[in-house]
Amino acid sequence: MHTEYPPPVKPNSLALSIQDLSINFQTVRGTLKALRQVSIDIPRKRIVGLVGESGCGKSTVINAILRLLAENARIQSGVIEFQGQDILQMTPDALRDMRGNRISVVFQDPMTALNPVLSIGRQMIDIQYREKTSRAQKTARAAAMLTRVGIPDARKRLEQYPHQFSGGMRQRIAIAMALMAKPDLLIADEPTTALDATLEIQIIDRLRKLHQDIGCSILFVSHHLGLVAEFCDEVVVMYAGETVESGNVRDIFYRAAHPYTRALLQCDPARIKEKSPVLPTIPGEIPDMVNLPDACIFAARCPIKQHGCPLTPPPAHDIQPGHQARCHLSARKDD
Amino acid sequence: MPNIPASTTAAPTPWQSLINHLGRDPMALLGIILVVIMVGSAILAPWIAPHDPNKINVRYRLKPPSADHWLGTDQLGRDVLSRVIMGSRIALQVALISIAVAGSCGLLLGMLAGYGPRWLDSVLIVLFDTVRSFPTIMFALAVVTLMGPSLNTVILVVIVTSIPVYGRIVRSQTQALRNHEFILAERAMGAGAMRVLGLHMLSNVIGPLLIIASMDIPVVVTIEAGLSFLGLGVRPPTASWGAILNDGYAFIRNTPWLVIAGGVPLILTTLGFTFLGEALRDVFDPKLRREA
Repeated sequence: MHTEYPPPVKPNSLALSIQDLSINFQTVRGTLKALRQVSIDIPRKRIVGLVGESGCGKSTVINAILRLLAENARIQSGVIEFQGQDILQMTPDALRDMRGNRISVVFQDPMTALNPVLSIGRQMIDIQYREKTSRAQKTARAAAMLTRVGIPDARKRLEQYPHQFSGGMRQRIAIAMALMAKPDLLIADEPTTALDATLEIQIIDRLRKLHQDIGCSILFVSHHLGLVAEFCDEVVVMYAGETVESGNVRDIFYRAAHPYTRALLQCDPARIKEKSPVLPTIPGEIPDMVNLPDACIFAARCPIKQHGCPLTPPPAHDIQPGHQARCHLSARKDD
Repeated sequence: MPNIPASTTAAPTPWQSLINHLGRDPMALLGIILVVIMVGSAILAPWIAPHDPNKINVRYRLKPPSADHWLGTDQLGRDVLSRVIMGSRIALQVALISIAVAGSCGLLLGMLAGYGPRWLDSVLIVLFDTVRSFPTIMFALAVVTLMGPSLNTVILVVIVTSIPVYGRIVRSQTQALRNHEFILAERAMGAGAMRVLGLHMLSNVIGPLLIIASMDIPVVVTIEAGLSFLGLGVRPPTASWGAILNDGYAFIRNTPWLVIAGGVPLILTTLGFTFLGEALRDVFDPKLRREA
């Protein structure tokens, strides 16, 4: 079977563990339940992919981990455990110490992720404000980091401004800045969505190498299923604010248990074998998260739903150790 | 730091692009020349003024321009050219002091309003709007009534009425920036409010603010002249363009050079600083620059 994959990890070797996280947004229309009982485990030194369509709550998960939620967000319940501490209970000082130091982020759009009016060097030196090293040492470190992400002539490049770099270079600079402090967890929020396909591979190769060198965990958020299959060890699939399925990459891509995961995989253009005038889509829409159905959230779009499906939200259940899904049918099949 | 040959990928520095721009834009060059004349005469006023601007010589009153008095004399026989030159000093002094103070306060309050908690934003906006709802001249009249006319009163009036203008501009810039990904990235990297405001916001807000401030200099010069014209500004015998205009106004039929001498410097200063401000905007506007 999948012997080349390491066995499911024990809970004490988790870099980050999100349990039962529910977040609401107060909107004019009412309470929008953006996340409901989300549980995600990120094992140490592993790469976890987070996939799902737009609006399913991926960004809310990231903002919750960083505690950078919008003002109208209310954390209803849950624990985000990171190195023995609950991020949701941290003081502002502890949070600032954690951000950028132990948890780092690379954002989606490299064009806007750097301050346009400061030179790259200025920004890369400034980000080392925690270190008690001289300016020359910081400059040397910034240059070394730029070289490491594959930007030649780093010393000279430090004096340039963001608009003098291409998109791919800017994303590599953003990665260099994120990894400057050797974090334990790197959150990559769709780091290649704004780049073209060749650059995508370059960035992923670079990330994989840095991941091996630094030994951090990565939470990799992406729409690109092929990339997730290629790059990640484990995958979490989110739908409309819930984690519908999670497991290692093989379980998800070859033995998907949840109908949403299967539908998502069928929509991946890379998997389409025959010529077809229309791209496959998942019919229907995401449920309105202000007025949620009381039953399975995917029921309205589910291709395999049966009259036997109970009118209750399906609980998460183990298909096999380390592979979970929230579906009445896959749960029944096991019994 | 290693030396970089200018011919490589390094973009031209702001100074280089400013100089390049001036070569192509005669209006900007004219603006610079006018501003240099104005600033130069203000700095060097005591040395270049041909006569004592306050020396009264009643026998030579209301003389037309001559070789000795290039712009003639006023109703007390004072040399008008010397008074115009000394007046540039007053005008620039008021403009620079009040814009520097109002700009710094507006910058600080605007960033606080734009980045701080919502209640602080509301408080500051109510304050700004309250001050801005007074017409400047009415406000000046009220302050002068309380404090008496003086140069300091003029500066105070300009500062108080300008802070909301700058504050509003900085606030909207800050609000637009606070949701930019690089600010979010900085916060995600552990930057506190001081670091975000002091480095990343400031570096983005200061450019537009300086351009607006430079275009505001002629406005303030005009306000000072206006208040002095109404007798609410500098006390006689101090030379101010507004005071010269006021003196000449009474004798406009027979001695037009007095009004001309007070009015023309005002017009040239306004034109000079406006052209300069527009040139600065063209050179430093990040939107125009990024496309280059």
